[in-house]
Amino acid sequence: MPLIQIRNLARRYVMGADTVHALRGVSLEIDRGEYVAIMGPSGSGKSTLMNLLGCLDSPSEGSYDLNGKSVARMSDNELAEIRNHEIGFVFQSFNLLPRSDALHNVELPLVYAGIPRTKRREQARKALANVGLQDRMTHRPNELSGGQRQRVAVARALVNNPSIILADEPTGNLDSRTGTDILNLFEQLSRHGNTIIVVTHEEDVAQHARRIIRIRDGLIASDEATERGKTAATASHQRPVADSAPPVIGA
Amino acid sequence: MTILADIGESAVIAWSSVRANKLRSGLTTLGVVIGIVTVTLMGTAINGINSAFRKSISSMGADVLFVGRFPWMAFEDYRTYRNRKEISLTDAREVERQVSSAVAVAPQSDGNGTVIYERRRANGVWINGNTEQSLTIRGLALSQGRWFSATDISSARPVCVLGAFLAEGFFPQESPLGKKVRVNDTRYEVIGVIEKQGSFLGAWNQDNQVVIPVTRFQFDQQMRPDYQIAIKASDPTQLAETVEEVRAVMRRLRKVPPGKPDDFAINQQDVFVKFFMAFGGTIGLVGLFITGLSLIVGGIGIMNIMFVSVTERTKEIGIRKALGAKKRSILIQFLIEAATITLGAGFLGIGIAWPATIAIDRYTGFAAEMSWWILAIALFVSVLTGVVAGFIPALRAARMNPVDALRAD
Repeated sequence: MPLIQIRNLARRYVMGADTVHALRGVSLEIDRGEYVAIMGPSGSGKSTLMNLLGCLDSPSEGSYDLNGKSVARMSDNELAEIRNHEIGFVFQSFNLLPRSDALHNVELPLVYAGIPRTKRREQARKALANVGLQDRMTHRPNELSGGQRQRVAVARALVNNPSIILADEPTGNLDSRTGTDILNLFEQLSRHGNTIIVVTHEEDVAQHARRIIRIRDGLIASDEATERGKTAATASHQRPVADSAPPVIGA
Repeated sequence: MTILADIGESAVIAWSSVRANKLRSGLTTLGVVIGIVTVTLMGTAINGINSAFRKSISSMGADVLFVGRFPWMAFEDYRTYRNRKEISLTDAREVERQVSSAVAVAPQSDGNGTVIYERRRANGVWINGNTEQSLTIRGLALSQGRWFSATDISSARPVCVLGAFLAEGFFPQESPLGKKVRVNDTRYEVIGVIEKQGSFLGAWNQDNQVVIPVTRFQFDQQMRPDYQIAIKASDPTQLAETVEEVRAVMRRLRKVPPGKPDDFAINQQDVFVKFFMAFGGTIGLVGLFITGLSLIVGGIGIMNIMFVSVTERTKEIGIRKALGAKKRSILIQFLIEAATITLGAGFLGIGIAWPATIAIDRYTGFAAEMSWWILAIALFVSVLTGVVAGFIPALRAARMNPVDALRAD
């Protein structure tokens, strides 16, 4: 069973008298453990697709099964639960709470999951240590560098053990060195069996993925494996290693 | 996520938000502070009047009946009552003899006049004609000297007992005992002084009185005094039975034919209580309502600032929703934030109103009394103001679409 299965997914927005067809009927499947890039020029509908995949929005038409559960017609509260348990977001602008320290930011998904305070503190500490920020836990976002903020955002996305990590332009606001750090981090997460979906318009960022889905005018223009994807496929259908230690990225 | 966890998380957020906007929160709070101060002061004033009233009323005794021509607190049919036959000393004597469930019976009569000692003079003094038994009935205590003896009354001796105010005014240095004062031109010898009593309903100074034997009252104070008979029941729980016994005796004495209404009234302190509760209660409610308006103004301020807060933090709401916050969590978060501001205002308001109450009570002579339930209500009302005022802004936040909210700057 694929992790994500969408059929004829469409999303229309009514803006005054006009109806904007952001997504016109997209079908695709993504398996557990895949590393996928979604590309497209602005206005192509890739952000709309990401919002739908991330359950931040509901489709106008079509079906969306996540882990075998249909989410297309779920209520707001059910969607909130899916976002909480199944999806880890890494946003372009990090989207950290400015007044909270790194630890509390990472803790937040666990707060809404109803995990007791001591347990969620411990989990959040572990997640921050895993991205190499064990000595920055009490720092607020404005006391951290761009790369450190992005790593806080990644720790927050991972803290709940989500099925999917959904990253929107994850390197967009970073210099090339920290951008590379983040991509290496995704690389390691992918090798550990995490499912990663990256939305980007940068070709070299997309090339880190195993598969690129190109969107144009609300439709899928192409869907093919990258060079890395092909080599990975030929080098035997290796199952991702999930039993070794989680990746640790140094500062 | 449980509601409790929501509240815990919200309290943390609320506090950091209030701290981040100290000036704004402070100014917004001001409106609610003023509201809480006025409402609290109104409450203490009502409380003060109530408790002064209760103290005054209890000085009349719950187990004492007063038989007279006029029913208390009845303002119609004055002529009917006035034309009734006067209550006489004989009536009182007969009541005392015949009513078995009474421990003390005292006819009394009241007037007012002038009391003079040497060159000192007091006008408008309450002159109370009474008997040896009324010490028990009125529950009075003496600070000096003695009360009337039975002989003082039966032989109508010209002796008197002074209220504390008169005693202090006339005899600041010397002992009043044995001195002769003139009560409306008749000389009386002072035999005792009543302990300080304070004022009745904050208006009528009970210490400005002189008590003389009721048997003398008719000689030198009033030609045909209108007596009232005070009757203390032996068992306060059987007061109704005593009332009936007194009624039967009085009807017989005054030869009221069966089927005709009483030509006298049996009064109890509870008429006062009922009257006051109806009257004072209405005034109190109106007062609270008017002062409550200022709280509504403060509440509108809170609502306004919460709208600003929600708009400013649209992005934060989006983030929280993306991370799995449900509508309820966001709603509670902003309600708690509003309630935190107003609770702070409540504490501040109490911090101002409490000393103000003490000052008013001490320096203006106007009764005001703080009590724990007023504090509790003030805090409850402040939280309620926050929750009510914050509800619409919080609902707006909770209903935001996560995608749109995340897009905000």
